[in-house]
Order: sequence, then structure tokens, then C-alpha cells
Amino acid sequence: MVDPKKKKKKKKPLDLNRRAMPKQAPEVRSHNFGEVALGYPAALAIEEAKRCIQCPKPKCVDNCPVEINIPGFIKAIAEGDFARGIQIMKEKNCLPAVCGRVCPQEEQCEEVCVLVKKEGQIAVGRLERFIADWEAEQGKIEIPKKAPKTGKKVAVVGGGPAGLTVAGDLIQLGHEVTIFEALHKMGGVLIYGIPEFRLPKAIVQREVDYLGALGVELVTDFVVGKTRTVDSILDEYDVVFVGSGAGLPWFMDVPGENLNGVYSANEYLTRMNLMKGFLFPEYHTPIKEHKRVMVMGGGNVAMDCARTALRLGAESRIIYRRSRSELPARLEEIENAEEEGVIFDFLTNPVKYIGDENGWVKEIECLRMELGEPDSSGRRRPVPMEGSNFIMPADAVVCAIGNSPNPLIAATTPGLETGRGGTIKVDPETMKTSKDRVWAAGDVVTGAATVILAMGEGRKAARSMHQFLTA
Amino acid sequence: MFKVVASRMIVPNMHLLTLEAPNVAREAQPGQFVILRAEEEGERIPLSIADWDADLGTVTVIFMNVGSTTNRLAALQRETSIPTVVGPLGNATEIEKYGTVLCVGGCYGIGSMFPIARALKEKGNRVITLVEGRSSYLFYWEERLKAVSDKTIQITRDGTKGYQGHISRLPDILKDIDEKPDRVIINGCTFLMKRGSDVTRPMEIDTWVSLNPIMIDGTGMCGVCRVSIGGETKFACVDGPDFDGHQVNWDELLQRRKTYMTEEVVPLRTSRCEEHRLRAQGK
Ligand SMILES: Cc1cc2nc3c(=O)[nH]c(=O)nc-3n(C[C@H](O)[C@H](O)[C@H](O)COP(=O)(O)OP(=O)(O)OC[C@H]3O[C@@H](n4cnc5c(N)ncnc54)[C@H](O)[C@@H]3O)c2cc1C
Ligand SMILES: Cc1cc2nc3c(=O)[nH]c(=O)nc-3n(C[C@H](O)[C@H](O)[C@H](O)COP(=O)(O)OP(=O)(O)OC[C@H]3O[C@@H](n4cnc5c(N)ncnc54)[C@H](O)[C@@H]3O)c2cc1C
Ligand code: SF4
Ligand code: FES
Repeated sequence: MVDPKKKKKKKKPLDLNRRAMPKQAPEVRSHNFGEVALGYPAALAIEEAKRCIQCPKPKCVDNCPVEINIPGFIKAIAEGDFARGIQIMKEKNCLPAVCGRVCPQEEQCEEVCVLVKKEGQIAVGRLERFIADWEAEQGKIEIPKKAPKTGKKVAVVGGGPAGLTVAGDLIQLGHEVTIFEALHKMGGVLIYGIPEFRLPKAIVQREVDYLGALGVELVTDFVVGKTRTVDSILDEYDVVFVGSGAGLPWFMDVPGENLNGVYSANEYLTRMNLMKGFLFPEYHTPIKEHKRVMVMGGGNVAMDCARTALRLGAESRIIYRRSRSELPARLEEIENAEEEGVIFDFLTNPVKYIGDENGWVKEIECLRMELGEPDSSGRRRPVPMEGSNFIMPADAVVCAIGNSPNPLIAATTPGLETGRGGTIKVDPETMKTSKDRVWAAGDVVTGAATVILAMGEGRKAARSMHQFLTA
Repeated sequence: MFKVVASRMIVPNMHLLTLEAPNVAREAQPGQFVILRAEEEGERIPLSIADWDADLGTVTVIFMNVGSTTNRLAALQRETSIPTVVGPLGNATEIEKYGTVLCVGGCYGIGSMFPIARALKEKGNRVITLVEGRSSYLFYWEERLKAVSDKTIQITRDGTKGYQGHISRLPDILKDIDEKPDRVIINGCTFLMKRGSDVTRPMEIDTWVSLNPIMIDGTGMCGVCRVSIGGETKFACVDGPDFDGHQVNWDELLQRRKTYMTEEVVPLRTSRCEEHRLRAQGK
């Protein structure tokens, strides 16, 4: 018989102390637009990286949509070889500074880390962010050698994460790439949606500049379907990739929804982020000074709106029809919002917006809800409580209940098949659409999803497009 | 960047701007609009396309100087450039053979009505253009409109040209000239379009207006441009800007256009003295 004590001794004791990342204190950050999380200093990153036990069959990798060699880059950090770390990272992920900040790691790599059972899962996201920021600090970003020119031309529609990924992959394979973007800035939701305090715009700009340095032609102020149709672009380009996202806002069909002071999340966030409303009047797009902002919804977008409103000095409330445990937003963002002082009104649903004599919203009539049987999504269905109507004062409402793909491209491109909710239909293996020489990926295919999924599927599309172009 | 080819005031407070925007010029159709930004920190504002030249790659807009962005646009010099001109946005005005069409323009809508009248004429319609304004000195492009119209009419508030009054006089004017249009199209300020639609409703004439709510992206992404048409919410930038004037909820539109009234005067109040002083000193 083996002495159990002896066996234990051989193993290095597990370090389950997940290193916290420094953050701005809630009472400070709720008054500024600076980034909330401040990132690991090098010593802390090394400590965290050393905790990784380097599983021979790492589950984290399987659960990463782009299969980053996670133990590999973590090992490099643990050894202090940051240059190797970023190199390993970039083999699979071209936007690590973005993903390190906004990926839902708790549902991906970190969820399946072997240490998760002991609540000591490795902070993969924080390390990813660390290694990307380290590279940026070096000031010198390496431009990889491109493959010889193929003479093929690729048009990418939309400058969000899906489009940027496809452009980055295909330019390195020697194709000529042009991105056509409708807005005046590249970046998609990363620029117009996700707020500065979660993802500084300078980081997105850095990634876009990098593509420019690689030789991608960046065309802004160009609405495909209006400025030029996909068919007309196909006359000049060999292939087209559609990564136009899911930018059409939903409203709730509640009476009074067109009162002044009722915004879609897209409008509210665009005014703030893309148009820099928080710097008004230096930047000229106005944003109202509201006193009580009510955000409808419970996802990441709702958290972003509520936390933005708070920073503008308003009392900020989230109105959600289910309870806290059903909130679809990332736990980290919910906690951030709570710490900062966002107030949550659970099991509440608006039934009517009431305006003042000038057509401005002044009150919301709500209903209390209770949770019934689980619905198809597995979450318990909210059921209105008869006669529970009550009034809440408000001078702004932000509707953050979801988005679907903008129909413009599908409507102007004959032969491009669409499916549920206006999404573009593709072959899931290749991301090829029903139309000759046209591929698509990202939110326009999946409906509103995540940055990493848009990137991962963009990658797939790029691979298939490259095969087609070189066949 | 988009180069300024021509920039001038055509009548008091009304400016013409011609920009090099070949992609827009190639696809432009009557009734569409562009969104532009006057400078990097600038707001995005929609302006109707008043004319274009696909060969030269130029687009012309006509606008009234009403606020911070139009103010900056009005000050643009030839050979300078602006960062954004995107379009053509919105749906084109429906151009069919209707018979007799009355094209009503006021304010900037005199300019945007020109390509509509031209296209209607080319389609074989009998085109009557009616311009409305405070006084005759505010009219422009009269020769151009005349060239594409079978008849032209003026209404001025002060009676300095044509009929005196405003668009509510339409029924007697039509009786006076013995015309019964099959369709009315109105471009210009919200009040003109509202009043115009009000007078044609009892006359049962199809009336189309080009709505001008506040816009940001112009592609259906933000929803700020929503308008109620026959009780249904529409996004003016992608579902319009042309709608049936008899179905528009005008009160809501007028209300929504006022959203930023108080904020809009803030940038106007900044005189930019400091900036000018530094520039004068070569800094
Ligand atoms: C407020 C908010 C917060 C979010 N937070 C997170 C988060 O924390 N983590 C996470 O993983 N995901 C988050 N998401 C989701 C994530 O941002 C998206 O899933 C991702 O951006 C999708 O990428 P995409 O490239 O498919 O589309 P988008 O990012 O939407 O980019 C599409 C681009 O195409 C352009 N475009 C559209 N139509 C045309 C046209 N006709 N011609 C030319 N260009 C066109 C658009 O202007 C846009 O720039 C968030 C989304 C929002 C709105
Ligand atoms: C489809 C469309 C076509 C238009 N065509 C023309 C045109 O050809 N010529 C012209 O002179 N005007 C046109 N307008 C109106 C024009 O966009 C506004 O006058 C302009 O935005 C005012 O901007 P500003 O910064 O100078 O004034 P501001 O100080 O911002 O505002 C003055 C007033 O203009 C309106 N306004 C403000 N911002 C916007 C906005 N983003 N979109 C629409 N209205 C706004 C508001 O009612 C506001 O009270 C059009 C509007 C639309 C929607
Ligand atoms: S599962 Fe966790 S411990 Fe194992 S390699 Fe991945 S990060 Fe390291
Ligand atoms: S202007 Fe944003 S949706 Fe119409």
C-alpha cells in the first residue's frame, strides 16, 4: 500500500488565490469615463500565470471560440517572456486587447478551467489583457511579413470585429482588401456601442491603425446597399464578405414610446461614444442632462446604458421583468453596476410612458411581475400580477431590449437568403452564403452575440474565402 | 475628406454648397439626402440633395443657417474639405406618370424640389411648381424651376410676388388657375408640409411630404428619426423620408424636432474667441 501522505507531498500545493485586478474605486469611477479596470502590473500577472497547472489536455482551449493556446501564452507570462506570450496569443486572436476586456470568459475558458471547482480558476481574460497591453506599451507593433501578392481583391462590408478579422487574415495571405464602413469610424459596436469606461476607444483605434499599416484600404462613410450595391461591388472585387452586424434597434411597442426622452440603447450609446456627447460642447452632438434615467432590459447593453447615465450624473435604474438570477448580463458587469450605484427594479415591466405638456416623458406606468414556469429558454417566465400597476417618475427611458440585423443589405442584394429575424443564412462550416462569391459572419449571421464569436466565425469565413481565391 | 467645390449664400441666410462626392453623385436620385459633418468633432446632420453631376462627381445641397453645424457649413471656403458626406440615403421620391403634379417648395425645399420636378417632367407629367416664402427676395432657382415646369406659381407672405398669404390659399389658387392636380409633393419646413397636407386632405389629392426629423446615422441604427405614419412607427431615414402627408402625426414630429432646443444654443454661445486669437498669433 502506498502511503497517501507521501503521494501528496510530491505535488506542488495548488494556489487557489485568483489575483484580483486593480480597479478604480466605485465612488470615483461613477463620476468619470476613465476605464474601470486598471489591468495587472507585471508582477501580479506573473503570480497569476504561475498558478496555472498547465493541464496536458487543457479544457480551457476547447471552450475558447478561437482556440487560443491558453496554457502556452500563460506559461510564457509565468516565465516573464512577454514577447513570446503575445506571439502565441496572436497566432489565434488578432484583437487580444479588446477580447481581454469584453469577452465573457466566465462562460468560456474560465468556466471549464480545472480549478473552477475550487473557485480558483485562472484569470485568463485578465492575462490576455495584460499581454496585449504590454505589447502596446512597447510602442513598436510588429508588422508580420505578408504572403506574396495574389492579385485578388476582397471587399469587406462593415468595420466591426468580424470585418476587421477577415480583413486582417486575408491581407496577410496576400490579397488586396478594402473595408467599406457606413459610419465615419471603423470598429462597429466596439466604437459606437461599448462605452469608453469598459473599452477605451484608443485601443480599438490602435487595432484599426494596425490594419491600415498592413495595407488594408479603409473606406468610411460608405453605406453598402445605398452608396453602392453588393452586386456592383462584385463587378470589381473577386469576393465580398458581409459583416454588417445586428444594428437595428427593437422597441417594445409600449404606448408613449415616441415621447421625447425615450431613446433606443443604440441612440443613447452612439451619442455618447461615437459622437462623444459626454464631451459636449467641444464635440457638438448634444446629450440631455437627465435626472432619472430608466433603462429597460437586463443584458450587457442595458448595463452599459445605466452605467453611462450614472456617469452623466443621473439617478440610474434598471427595469427588468425577471429577477436578478435571470439577468442575461455578465456577472462582472452586474456587480460593477451595483457597486457604482445603479438601482435595480426587478420583476417590473413598463406598460405605458406618460408625457408632460411638451411631449417629454415624465412618468412610467409599470406592472409588478412574478415568476412562473420555465419557458423555452429555460428561464422562468415572468407573469404580470393583475392590478399591480404603479407609477415611477422618470425624465428619460432607454430601451435596451435587443437588436436584429439591418435589412438594408439583404433587401438590396438579390440571391442573398435570409432566415430567422433577418439574419443571413450561411453554411456553418464555411460561412458561405447562398449567393455566389459572398460570405458572411458575425452578428448579421448569429443575431446579437459576442465579439469573440464574430471573430471566430470571421476567421472561418476568411479561411474558406482564401481557399476559393487560390483554388 | 470631401472637397468643397462651391460655397455661397444664394439668398439671405440660405446657402448653397457643392461638394466632391463621386460615390454619392453616381447613385443619387430625386428625394434622397446626404449626411454630413462639418468637422471632426462635428455633429452629423442630414441635408437633401438639390442637384448632382455624376460625371463631375459633385453633389449640391441647399441649407438654411439655423444652428451650429449649418453655421459652420455656411462658413466653408472653396478648396477646403469636410470629413463626412455619406449617401445617397433614404428612398427616392416615387416618380411615375401621374398626370398633373403640383410640386410645392419652401425654404430649402425649393432646391430639393428641383430634381423631383425635373424627373416628373421627364416622365411625361404636367408639372406645376409652387414656391412659398416670406418675401420674394427669398426665392432662388426660379429659372431652373421654370425650365422643368409647365407653370410656376409664387405665394409670398408680404405680397411682393404672386399670391399673397400662405399655402392655405391653395384651394382658391387652384380654382383661379383652373387646375386639379393628381398628386401634390411638398418639400420644405415642417409647417409648410403640415399646412399643405391639411389643405389637400379635404380635396382628396394624394400628398407626399419629405420628413425632416432629427437623425444621427441615417441607416436605421439609432431610431431617433422615428415618426408615426397612420399610427405605425417608421424610421424616416430608411422607410422614408417621403411619406403620405395625410397619415403623418405632425404634432409628434414637431415635438420631437424640439428635443435638443436648449442644448443647441450652447455651441452657438461659444464665440471661439480664444481659438481665433491663437490662430491670429500663428499658434
Ligand atoms: C452596448 C453593447 C455592449 C456589448 N458588450 C459586449 C461585451 O462586453 N462582450 C462581447 O463579447 N460582446 C458585447 N457586445 C456584442 C458585440 O459587440 C457584438 O457581438 C460584435 O460587435 C459583433 O461584431 P460584428 O462585426 O458582427 O458587428 P458590428 O460590431 O455590429 O459591426 C458591424 C459594422 O458594419 C457596419 N455596417 C452595417 N451596415 C452596413 C452597410 N450597409 N454598409 C457598410 N457598413 C455597414 C456598421 O456600421 C458596423 O460598424 C455588446 C454589444 C453592444 C451593443
Ligand atoms: C431627410 C432630411 C433632409 C433635410 N434637408 C435639409 C435641407 O436640404 N436643407 C436644410 O436647410 N435643412 C434640411 N434638413 C434639416 C437639417 O438637417 C437641420 O436644419 C440641421 O440638422 C440643423 O443643424 P444645426 O446643427 O445647424 O442646427 P441645430 O442647432 O442642431 O438645430 C436647429 C434645429 O434643427 C433641427 N435639427 C437639429 N439636429 C438635427 C438633425 N440631426 N437632423 C434633423 N434636424 C435636426 C432641430 O429641429 C433643431 O431645433 C433636413 C432634415 C432631414 C431629416
Ligand atoms: S484549464 Fe485552467 S489550469 Fe488548465 S491549462 Fe487552462 S487555464 Fe491552466
Ligand atoms: S437616423 Fe438613426 S435610425 Fe434613422
